[in-house]
Amino acid sequence: MDALVMFLYDIPLLGLLFQFGGYVISILPTTGPIFLFAAAPIALGSLCGLMNERSGIVNIGIEGMMLTSAFVSAYAASLMVASGATVGGDAPFGASTPLIVGVLAAMIAGMLVSSLHAWLTITIRTDQIISGTIINITALGLTSYLNQILSKASPPNAGTFQPFIVPADIVELPVIGWFINAILNQRPITLSIIVLVIAMQILLFRSRWGLRTRAVGEHPKAAETVGIDVIRLRYRNVILGGIFAGLAGASLALESAGSFQNNMTVGRGFIALAALIFGRWTPLGAFGAAILFTASEALERSIRFVPPPGQLGEIMIGIPLQVYGALPYLITIVVLAGFVGRSTAPAAVGQPYERERRH
Amino acid sequence: MTGPAGEPTNQPVPPAEEAEAVEAADGARAASALRRAWALVVVPLGAVILAMLVGSIVILASQVFIGVEIDPTLPLVAYWAMISGGLGSFNGIVETMVQATPLVLAGLAVGVGFKAGLFNIGAQGQFLMGALAAAYVGGQLRDQPALVAVSLAVAAGAFGGLVYGFIPGALKALTGAHEVVTTIMLNFVAISISSYFVSGPLRAPRSPFAQTLDVGNAELIVLFGRNGHVGIFFALLAVPIIWWLLWRAKLGFEIRTVGANPDAARFAGMRPRRLIALTMALCGMLAGLAGSGEILGRVGHLTAPYATNVGFDAITVALLGRANPVGILFSALLLGMMKAGAGQMQIQAGIPVEIVDVIQGLILLFLAAEIIVRRLFRIREARVGLEELATVTRSYGERSA
Repeated sequence: MDALVMFLYDIPLLGLLFQFGGYVISILPTTGPIFLFAAAPIALGSLCGLMNERSGIVNIGIEGMMLTSAFVSAYAASLMVASGATVGGDAPFGASTPLIVGVLAAMIAGMLVSSLHAWLTITIRTDQIISGTIINITALGLTSYLNQILSKASPPNAGTFQPFIVPADIVELPVIGWFINAILNQRPITLSIIVLVIAMQILLFRSRWGLRTRAVGEHPKAAETVGIDVIRLRYRNVILGGIFAGLAGASLALESAGSFQNNMTVGRGFIALAALIFGRWTPLGAFGAAILFTASEALERSIRFVPPPGQLGEIMIGIPLQVYGALPYLITIVVLAGFVGRSTAPAAVGQPYERERRH
Repeated sequence: MTGPAGEPTNQPVPPAEEAEAVEAADGARAASALRRAWALVVVPLGAVILAMLVGSIVILASQVFIGVEIDPTLPLVAYWAMISGGLGSFNGIVETMVQATPLVLAGLAVGVGFKAGLFNIGAQGQFLMGALAAAYVGGQLRDQPALVAVSLAVAAGAFGGLVYGFIPGALKALTGAHEVVTTIMLNFVAISISSYFVSGPLRAPRSPFAQTLDVGNAELIVLFGRNGHVGIFFALLAVPIIWWLLWRAKLGFEIRTVGANPDAARFAGMRPRRLIALTMALCGMLAGLAGSGEILGRVGHLTAPYATNVGFDAITVALLGRANPVGILFSALLLGMMKAGAGQMQIQAGIPVEIVDVIQGLILLFLAAEIIVRRLFRIREARVGLEELATVTRSYGERSA
């Protein structure tokens, strides 16, 4: 076995590829669970964008929606702790009343911000990109401002959800053990992403709602003529999409950080947009893109701490670490430009819809 | 909306109307010019006033959050501290102008894009690449004569931004990739690029922080006050130059025509694709100039990460100024004043400086929801919106350029 591996590694050029594969396999058991954990907020953000863009509304405000929800969830959880709710306990996932209230508050906050986006873009027919920009700027300003004011009183902390512990017997299974662990050793919102992505994929492509949504996103006039209420469907989808942004924010605040920090989304909402585009506006595609983008980040971290040995190591250390950070954005541009398989938005995205008037 | 040659009708002084006005009586001409100016200004003005009002509600409401007794005069105290901080002293006024300088240039970078029907969200990245190029050339020439060092460093900054603006422009022209998405992505790529160079090849030796060499002789001369550098005048100069370019030069006419109606432009023999690439390069150059001004005039070196929000600020400035160079100048001064005075507001009234961002977002909100402003202030003037914007987002889902 070892001799075969050495033989494969020594093939010129192609050997590098095998070495890379070997390196990835060697780091997977340790980095595996981080993948899904880091990808979940991005994938959730993408689902929010999907609900908007599939029904014909551009959403570059995912970042602001996530940030607002993160703030609201941390604040609501903190308020509950301050009012005497117990933290900790033996509940699964370490769930406590403050944490659950925090998640619910985040979902409501996401829907409220989305309602603003819906009102501006659908009723007022503001430029959809300006509406997203307004949400991003206001969310960053308002959450930082309130956080600055609240932190003076050093509010109590509700802690975070705890990951599900996979039994040791299963983790130690050969070959698939690490994989099961990577998927299941997660906190609840992260775990839910798998269900949500599959459900959304089925709903979007196999349900009446999905068919109608896609029709409204591609050709609203035609949809209206067959009796679909374009305005209502768009409103409903945009507002419901806010739930996903809310979960993404709650995941950041209550699953990883445990509190709110200024601008804690640090561009994840924009990576979510990139993942949506790279995944060709499908839930599964966006989820795959989010995993891929996270992998690029995880690779950067492992190369910094445990660089691969040998020839491959020399090459990979030579590559600036910043390349891995920029990779998601670069490949999104490449895909959008159509250099490698083109990704196109739903046809009616960006066009305000005006119902035909009777004369 | 457009004349036979695609001439947009929402410009402040259309040549045809001007010719008529010359024939009319002087008084009538002045009155009509005033009325037109008022129609342009009234909604932005109302939006700013409403944003300040809602901002004061935010200030009052935030007192409830921390459980202090509500002091109804606090917003007034805060705003007064902000305004007197930005305008109340010589140094304050200088600081306002220094703060406004990058906003004018980056605001023009977004505004010129609007005129061509392009939404340049990439001012941030173009700014950063301009800053990087200026910091590199300035650092290399730090011992050369000031005139050589400054002009080459400024030119490098402009060129860095130009290249970085040209990329999304060319991508849109050649492949139809929408500039909103590509510029957002390029903003993040710019952070990676500058972080690589600043913490790697360009890192100043023996410096404990990731930063480039000090620019030395390439520094812009301080003309007045503590930091009133000569870049202020470059920004002031850019306003009439861009105004002339947009309203008096052939290129500007073509840019506006493409923005108002790309099909009409094509039928009139213009080449929209070439113009799109060209306009984005021009926008990038303006943002790059803003970046070089900050490095050479204010900071002296580039750090990684370089904290700036100039890209979003520029969008606010351009929208508040209705993509008009003069409007952009005044919007930039307003925002510059708020930024310059925010520190004093925080000290005197205990209001975090972040309230400026809140007000900025609210201004945009009320500009977007113009109808609220019109209802509240009973404005009857005709709508003078940004017609070019209509072509921006609509092309988002188009399959090709």
